[in-house]
Amino acid sequence: MSANARTLPHSIAHPADSRFPTRIASGRAITPASLIDRPPLAIVSKVGLSEICLSYAAPNGERLLALDHINLAVAPGEFVCVVGPSGCGKSTLLHLIAGLHQQTSGEILVDGRPVQGPGTDRILIFQEHGLFPWLTVAENVEFGMKMKGLPRTERREKTRHYLRLVHLSNFESSYIHQLSGGMRQRVAIARALATEPDVLLMDEPFAALDAQTRDLLHDELEKIWRETGRTIIFVTHNVREAVRLGDRVVLLTFRPGRVKDEFLVDLPRPRQLEDPHVAGTAREILDELRDEINRSLAVEYQAGVKPKIRLENQR
Amino acid sequence: MKRALRYIIFYGALFGLWTLLAALKIWPPYLFPSPWGVAQSLYSGFQDHTYLIAIRVSMQRVLLGYSISVVLGMILGLGVASNKFLEETMGGLLVSLQSLPSICWWPLALLWFGLSQNAILFVVIMGSLLSVTLAMEDGRKQMPTIFGQAGRNLGAKGFKLFWYVLLPASLPFIVTGLKQGWAFAWRSLITAEMLYLSLGLGQVLMMGRDLNDMSAVIAVMLLIIAIGYVVDGIVFKGMERHLQTKWGLVPS
Repeated sequence: MSANARTLPHSIAHPADSRFPTRIASGRAITPASLIDRPPLAIVSKVGLSEICLSYAAPNGERLLALDHINLAVAPGEFVCVVGPSGCGKSTLLHLIAGLHQQTSGEILVDGRPVQGPGTDRILIFQEHGLFPWLTVAENVEFGMKMKGLPRTERREKTRHYLRLVHLSNFESSYIHQLSGGMRQRVAIARALATEPDVLLMDEPFAALDAQTRDLLHDELEKIWRETGRTIIFVTHNVREAVRLGDRVVLLTFRPGRVKDEFLVDLPRPRQLEDPHVAGTAREILDELRDEINRSLAVEYQAGVKPKIRLENQR
Repeated sequence: MKRALRYIIFYGALFGLWTLLAALKIWPPYLFPSPWGVAQSLYSGFQDHTYLIAIRVSMQRVLLGYSISVVLGMILGLGVASNKFLEETMGGLLVSLQSLPSICWWPLALLWFGLSQNAILFVVIMGSLLSVTLAMEDGRKQMPTIFGQAGRNLGAKGFKLFWYVLLPASLPFIVTGLKQGWAFAWRSLITAEMLYLSLGLGQVLMMGRDLNDMSAVIAVMLLIIAIGYVVDGIVFKGMERHLQTKWGLVPS
């Protein structure tokens, strides 16, 4: 898939495009209706990554390649999950799309326009939620709107709306440390939604949560996604989670991160994590991912630390 | 309750010892004044408004000087923390300058600003600027990077990013430095006032010396300690407590 795309620089491959056959992971060769009706892709892509490379200087002065010619096109309203072993650069990819860092080469287009730094059309939700501990829950949710300069009454109204959406209306004036992990992540989601971004970038947002809380948040996220129609790019190392949530699962290789394969997940929604179809699809993907995970673990055992990409080109 | 009792015992003993030594008259009263003499000095000092005027003048100076060094120090510290060149060059200079007592600037300050308020202000600023700068630099580095990223991600940039994100995010890490800066500012002020007769608590203290009135000297010393303690206890302790409740930090 990535090999195909590389022969066509600056064109962005899309799964709906017949030039780039994508595997239907669930075994049923049905293309979802939402994909068939799409007009030509270059115009449609909400987010398009073309030939993204990122290299950085290793401690020994050598230049290492973290991301290697990544091509990815995400349609408006699509829920794409990116999976890969730890250290494959999947979080880094989100930071690039968010505009917090700069790629070494290649282009990131959002609505056809190149990304030139952070923008409130793309909001990143961090694994450690990144909420501001000096503000109350409501003030956190209001923050992005305040930066945009929205009038106070409008901010209040929207804050109330989005807090209701994540079922936290009663915690408006709590401080972050008073909330549980799951509640914090819900505040982070409300804060992101409140700036009304077109694209939500989620960086392993549920990785630190217990299983029950995560299940609950999966349901809520799926519901919010359907109600708001946002485009979501969701990064995780948990394949099951990716299949549970995504319309499409993109597989990254370990060091350098390349797109290894893509899977369309056309299981009916709402899905359940325990659903045997979800589990089966996840197994298929996991089989393909196994080599990469093993390579990641080998490096990790050797080095004794989590492999980490050091970003230098902070914007 | 227990704590209050401990305080009473300790300060009671200290006061008792002082009274006893004074009552034994080992040294003449003009060398070792009694608590009673000091109390009288305090009373008369407040009675004729000398102390009130002195406190007001001193507080005005220290507040102005300290505010300037907080603003300057934050800008400098932030600059040093976020610029590699500045960090490598100015970082070392700042640390070495901190070993210089601020009163060493006095001769230069006199030449540059003459015998004026500004000379005192300069010494006060030089006294506290470095602590604030170093604290801000350190705070900016200790502050988790995720706050800055989240802030920029949500559309904050430039001054808004500093004011709404970087500053509040680094406050818990710089509050100790701000406190230290205050203590240095207060000390520098009193020292400078002692060298230059221009109202203020330092001058009242020197007046006591010139009149050989040790009761008055000790009275002013007590005032200087009291003001330092009150500002520390009310302003900075309050700020720390406020931050602790917001951030959910355990009081240390």
